[in-house]
Amino acid sequence: MSNILYALLWFAVISGVLGLILAFASRLFAVKTDEKAEKIAEILPGANCGGCGYAGCSALAAAISEGKAPVNACNSVSKEQIDAIAAIAGVASASEGKRYRAQVMCSGTNELAQKKYVYAGINDCVSANKLAGGDKLCPNGCIGLGTCAASCKFDAIHIINGVAAVDYEKCRACGACVSACPKGIIQLIPYDAKHWVGCSSRDKGAVTKNYCSVGCIGCKICEKNCPSGAIKVDGSVASINYDLCTCCGICEQKCPRKIIWSARSQSEEGIIRFKQDLSL
Amino acid sequence: MTIGSLIGILITSILIENYIFSRFLGICPFLGLSEKPSTAVGMGCAVTFVMTISSAVTWLVYTFILVPAGLEYLKTIAFILIIASLVQLIEMFLKKSVPSLYTALGIYLPLITTNCAILGAALLCIQNEYNLLESIIFSFGSAVGWTMAIVIFAGVRARVAFSETPKCFKGTPIALVTACLIAMAFAGFQGVELPF
Repeated sequence: MSNILYALLWFAVISGVLGLILAFASRLFAVKTDEKAEKIAEILPGANCGGCGYAGCSALAAAISEGKAPVNACNSVSKEQIDAIAAIAGVASASEGKRYRAQVMCSGTNELAQKKYVYAGINDCVSANKLAGGDKLCPNGCIGLGTCAASCKFDAIHIINGVAAVDYEKCRACGACVSACPKGIIQLIPYDAKHWVGCSSRDKGAVTKNYCSVGCIGCKICEKNCPSGAIKVDGSVASINYDLCTCCGICEQKCPRKIIWSARSQSEEGIIRFKQDLSL
Repeated sequence: MTIGSLIGILITSILIENYIFSRFLGICPFLGLSEKPSTAVGMGCAVTFVMTISSAVTWLVYTFILVPAGLEYLKTIAFILIIASLVQLIEMFLKKSVPSLYTALGIYLPLITTNCAILGAALLCIQNEYNLLESIIFSFGSAVGWTMAIVIFAGVRARVAFSETPKCFKGTPIALVTACLIAMAFAGFQGVELPF
C-alpha cells in the first residue's frame, strides 16, 4: 500500500511541476483572438479558393473585421450571408458582387483539332506544354490533360473529349484555373454572358484552318454584322466585349465556322458538351 | 563513448534503423501529411524538436527521479506525461509565432503526443542504456531519419499524383504500396555493421 502511495506522491509532484510550467507558458504565448473575425469566418464558405484576393477565408474574415475588405468580396456568399457579415462587422451591407464564370476559349475536341505528335509523358498540361507547346497542332489550343481540373477546388472544370469544359453552376470564378492553364486560354466572363468565341488562335485564317476544323479565321463577318459593336477581331481572332453585348445572337448565326457558342441548355451534368449541343 | 561511437549511433538511427522504413514507428503522420513536401518539412521540424527535447527530459527524469525512487516500472506513464506537456508547449509556441504552420499541421500537432515514434525514441534510449549525450544524438538522428523519410515520400507522392493509377488504388492504397517499395529499398541497409 505504501508503495502505491509513494508512487502516487511522486507522480503528483511531477504532474504539478509540469502543470505549472504549462500555465506559465500559456500566459507567455497568449494569442489575442479576434471574435468578429471568427464569426465572419464561420459564415464564409471555407474553401480557401483565394478568389477574393486574400490568402484564404480566415484572412478575408480578418480583413473584413478590420475594415480593409468590402463585405461582398467573396463571390460565393448569398445576399443574406452578406447582410449577416455586415451586421457582425458593424458596417453597412452591400449588394452581391457581379457573378462571373470561367470559360475555356477552345473548342478543339479530339475529333475537331489536329495533333502534331503522340504524347506519352506526364499527365499534366504544364509538362506537355514544355514539349513544343503540347500535342495539339494549334499553339493556343487546350492541351486537355487536366491541370485546370486538378486545380479547381469546386469540381467545376473537367476534361471532356480532349478539351476542358466548365460547369457553370459549380464555378465560383476564383481564378484558380485561369492561372493554372499554361496556355492562358481560360477567361472569366459574366455568368449571364450568352455568347462566347470558343477559340484563342493567334494565327492567320488559312493556318488556323489546318489546325482545327472549327477555329476562328478572323473573317470579320461577326464584326460587320454586330448591331452594338461588341464583337471585334483583333488581327486573328474575334472576342466579345461583354459591356456592349446585347445577347442578340446575330454573330452566332453569321459565323461561317460556327465557332461562336451560346450558353443554351446544359446537359444533365451541367457541362457543355460541344458536339451534342450543335443540334440544340 | 568516443566520437566514432557517437557518429555510429547517428548513422544507425538515420539510415540503418530508420524509424519509418525499418522500425515502422510514426506511420500515422507519415501517411497523413506527406501529400505536400512543404507540410512534410514543417512536420519533420516539429517532430525533430519534440523528439530531441523529450528524449533529453525523459532521460533526466528517469535517471534522477524514477531510478532513485525505485519507480522504473512507471516509466511509460511518466514519459507520456512529459511528452504531452512538451507538445502542448510547442503548440502554444507555434500558434503565436508561426500561425501558418500551426494551421497547416492542424490535427497532426496534438497527434505527435500519441505518436509512437516519440515514446519509442524515449524508451529505446533507456533500453539501449545510453547516457545523456548518446540519448540526445540518438533521438536527434531518429528524428532526422523520420524527416528524411517523410520528405522523400512526399516528393514521390507528388509524382504519383500525376500518373494514371487504377481507380481503386487512388489515394491511400497507392501510397501504402509506394511506402512498401521504399521500405524494401531501405532494407538494403540492414545488417550493416559500422566499424566504429
